[in-house]
Amino acid sequence: MTRRLYINRRTPFPLFEIDVLAATDKQLLKISREMGIGLNLQEIRAVQEYFRKRRRNPTDVELQTIGQTWSEHCFHKTFKGKIKFDGKEIDSLFKTYISKATEEINPRWCFSVFEDNAGIINFDKDYGIAIKVETHNHPSAIEPFGGAATGTGGVIRDILGVWADPIACTDVLGFGPLDYDYEKLPPGIKHPKYVYMGVVAGIGSYGNNMGIPTVNGAIYFDESYVGNVVVYCGCIGLLPLKKFRRNAKPGDIVVLAGGKTGRDGIHGVTFASAELTEKSEEISRPAVQIANPIEEEKLKRAIIEVRDSELASAITDLGGGGLSSAVGETAKRFDCGAVVELEKVPLKYPGLAPWEIYVSESQERMLLAVPQISLKRVLEIFEKEDVEATAIGKYTVDKVLRIHHRGEKVAELDIPFLFEPPKSVRTAEYKPANLEEPRFAEPENLTKTLLELLASLNIASKESVIRTYDHEVKGNTVLKPLQGEYGGPNDAAIIKPLKNSWKGIAVSCGMNPNYGKIDAYWMAASAIDEAIRNNVAVGGRRIALLDNFTWGNPEKPERLGSLVNACGACYDFATAFGTPFVSGKDSLYNESPLGPLTPTLLITALGVVPDIRSAVSMDVKAPNDSIYIVGQTFHELGGSEYYKLKGFLGSTVPKVRPKQARKTFETVTKAIDSGLVKACHDLSEGGLAIAAAEMAFAGGYGVKLNLREVPRKALNRNDFVLFAESNSCFFVEVLEKAREDFEALMKGNVYAEVGRVTKTPRLCIYGLEGDVVVDASLSDLLASWKRTLSSGV
Amino acid sequence: MEANLEQRGLAMKREEINVCVLRVGGTNCDAETKRAFDELGVQAEVVHVNEMVKRRSLLEYNALVFPGGFSYGDYVRAGAIWAKWILAKLGKELKAFVYENRPVLGICNGFQVLVEAGLLPGFEGISPYPEAALATNFPPGYNCRWVYIKHENDVKCVFTRKIPKGKVLRMPVAHSEGRLIFAKEKEKQYLKRLYENDQLVFRYCKKNGVYAEGRFPTNPNGSFHDIVGVCNREGTIFGLMPHPERAFYWWQQPDWTRRARMPQYGDGKLIFESLIEYLVKKF
Repeated sequence: MTRRLYINRRTPFPLFEIDVLAATDKQLLKISREMGIGLNLQEIRAVQEYFRKRRRNPTDVELQTIGQTWSEHCFHKTFKGKIKFDGKEIDSLFKTYISKATEEINPRWCFSVFEDNAGIINFDKDYGIAIKVETHNHPSAIEPFGGAATGTGGVIRDILGVWADPIACTDVLGFGPLDYDYEKLPPGIKHPKYVYMGVVAGIGSYGNNMGIPTVNGAIYFDESYVGNVVVYCGCIGLLPLKKFRRNAKPGDIVVLAGGKTGRDGIHGVTFASAELTEKSEEISRPAVQIANPIEEEKLKRAIIEVRDSELASAITDLGGGGLSSAVGETAKRFDCGAVVELEKVPLKYPGLAPWEIYVSESQERMLLAVPQISLKRVLEIFEKEDVEATAIGKYTVDKVLRIHHRGEKVAELDIPFLFEPPKSVRTAEYKPANLEEPRFAEPENLTKTLLELLASLNIASKESVIRTYDHEVKGNTVLKPLQGEYGGPNDAAIIKPLKNSWKGIAVSCGMNPNYGKIDAYWMAASAIDEAIRNNVAVGGRRIALLDNFTWGNPEKPERLGSLVNACGACYDFATAFGTPFVSGKDSLYNESPLGPLTPTLLITALGVVPDIRSAVSMDVKAPNDSIYIVGQTFHELGGSEYYKLKGFLGSTVPKVRPKQARKTFETVTKAIDSGLVKACHDLSEGGLAIAAAEMAFAGGYGVKLNLREVPRKALNRNDFVLFAESNSCFFVEVLEKAREDFEALMKGNVYAEVGRVTKTPRLCIYGLEGDVVVDASLSDLLASWKRTLSSGV
Repeated sequence: MEANLEQRGLAMKREEINVCVLRVGGTNCDAETKRAFDELGVQAEVVHVNEMVKRRSLLEYNALVFPGGFSYGDYVRAGAIWAKWILAKLGKELKAFVYENRPVLGICNGFQVLVEAGLLPGFEGISPYPEAALATNFPPGYNCRWVYIKHENDVKCVFTRKIPKGKVLRMPVAHSEGRLIFAKEKEKQYLKRLYENDQLVFRYCKKNGVYAEGRFPTNPNGSFHDIVGVCNREGTIFGLMPHPERAFYWWQQPDWTRRARMPQYGDGKLIFESLIEYLVKKF
């Protein structure tokens, strides 16, 4: 037998020393694997070197702390590391593309971005809006309900973590096709239908129980999501900026508040930074946390009172990495050290090893820094709400983290070391996909095609899901997710957060995973354009963006290559539109035995509506109004829902022409402000035919359109004009009498009057030859649209 | 008793009225409920039940509201835990409150609490056991939507006195346990009593006032006889599933973008106004 790697310290509780000093590379990797800390050789060697200098071996608490802090999930190694790509070296994707865009745009209304748990922007008077979107893919793949619920709970705590009161949630989900063949399902992978039901129920349960309206979202279906479900949970909060506190100093007390700590959620972050395998369920079940929304509801009340009484000096949430991240990051942020006494942490049950207490990701916990003088009052506030709060340590002058357990020192680490992991250097490559544009004849019955498209999974009504989320609670939802008598799909939701102000916020999103199969750059560009135009359509402007990447394993060069390209597009189009990024998050290693998922970038847009009374919905309002198209349609059907329906992918991915697009957005905003716009709807999945159908059945009136009038380039087939998904296009309904004013305003833009709202409840579209190519009753259109997901599955 | 007070002409000013919006862990509609009272110039205070037990008394208030939410997570049956808790810790005060005909309103989870506490329907005063239940919706599941409800009360309910009988109102519901049911063998008898005592307040209906007859989604939860809400025999305790506080302002309406002109307020305001008018006259 070889020398023992793990040495049991003679303590009354389990504590091990790990012999890294004399370990070989092979043994180092073995340690990393066996302890589940996910460090690669370069990293664990750095650890070895650190302890060699100190001439002692680390404890399990120390190694676990390092493992958590350096995990992809906590440290974002890929976004912060170096990447060799195309003969260049990119030093940090984040700095080179994402934060650089924000710096260059340099908006005065950004209060705090990329610094804390959530981005904060100025809103009205002394109020700010905080926003954050998280991913919770890995846990949701193992335990759909719990994973999605804790994803929602986690992002709500991110908002509390910047002293904001959560006022709305968003959620964007990606599933495999619900009719996926059970025979094809590899072992360990759950059926999309099961995942779908669990995730939807989990999100609804948490948001509804906490009384936070879920106002915006989207659901996409893609074959590649069978192995890796995509769960984006977002939350928006409101805070009086004067009450924002971020000034902890040595001597302040470390207060842990909320739920008790247990073994749930051990190694959630290292699990989230690995690929899913057949054994994930077995091995990683404990990595999924257990949700208790009512605990968080009480916690929220107490935190808001602590904020309003200005009693604490800092706050952060306990998410990935548990105490280890929260304590370490707070100490790092305020340039101090910390002493923690683990035996003071309230436990769900006895018997936890100190390292388990320190890295557990048990939910509904927050960490506050409280000056000694206010401690008593803070603890009383928590007690009043039936929430447990405990002083577990103190911030110190030296930059050292010391952890004690029952009198024994179990860890002593330098904070700077903890936050300077060796920079990863990775290689990225990009090869354009070798794709062809399909050749097929124009279908003879385009009405039938339209009805089929309306029923396709990505376009079909998500009403059966939306209604299981409370989107009305708090009574501030001005523009709801479903519009009109028949529940048309809204472009963006509007919330009116302040009682004494007409100012609102508009929340929208953009996501086009199917384009990513052709080109990640244009996929990202399209997502940005879509999120912005959705926001513009309801009257939003001064838009802030959030980026959320869900990608495959970044250690594989071609996956990293597409990530680099998508980041490049983020920079290019954020700067072109003047829309800064204020927050973001990445989830990598989304791979399963079925392969990587389609690279999926979610862009969330948060706009301001100066006066909600001028907000616009997407349903047509009255017969005889004119329908305009603003924007130009190109031969861009690659990745479209139409091609998908026909069984093709194609290559002509929609592009974004930022100069023209920005002008279109600005002019549409002007038209809305001038009161000329009665309805506005963006053209997205399924193109103009789908948008027209949605506007018509949501409003209960017919629409008559003429394809010959549609501004277009290189398009000579009815089906292409109907279903192309070119970016930056809107339908606008204008009162007959206001046409001249509208056209005057539109000067210099590509636009055209393309039809009318009709009393006859039919969608009637005349083709390029002047013949009728689509003619369907609203009830047939609506029935097709509602059929697919009507039963809630 | 009420008539006597009115005759004595003891009028109370609006701003003297003090409404208690009670809350507990999991309550989440307290702020917007308070806002509705604020808007009408009436003082409303959100009070945690712990605070009520330790330092305050229900009898300091003229009216009591159990707002919506998921009290204690509703982990047993919706409203059951809070109902038992209230009876155990504040039962005496609550009974005194009710016997003095001080009004009690339960919205959504609050309605569930009042039913679980035996305060509603209250055919013969406070019942020692629940006489009805707010069962899981049929079709099952949480449902958030705007519904039409028709006012059925003649004169009894103090929360709807400003609403003409037969008027159709619109409000949103958002719940998964809102199906009012009675024990099967008592259904007919209880329904008869609801009518005889004038305790039926609202029924789900279509926009034109035609009753839902149990059909989804006009009746969003499968409630017996399309019942939306009921009051007690005295008309002073009232519970309903829809949220009047979410139908208070014009801009909360689902179709305001379709209309050139909106009335300044939504239908929910009538509930709060009726209550206030009753209080002004009563005291």
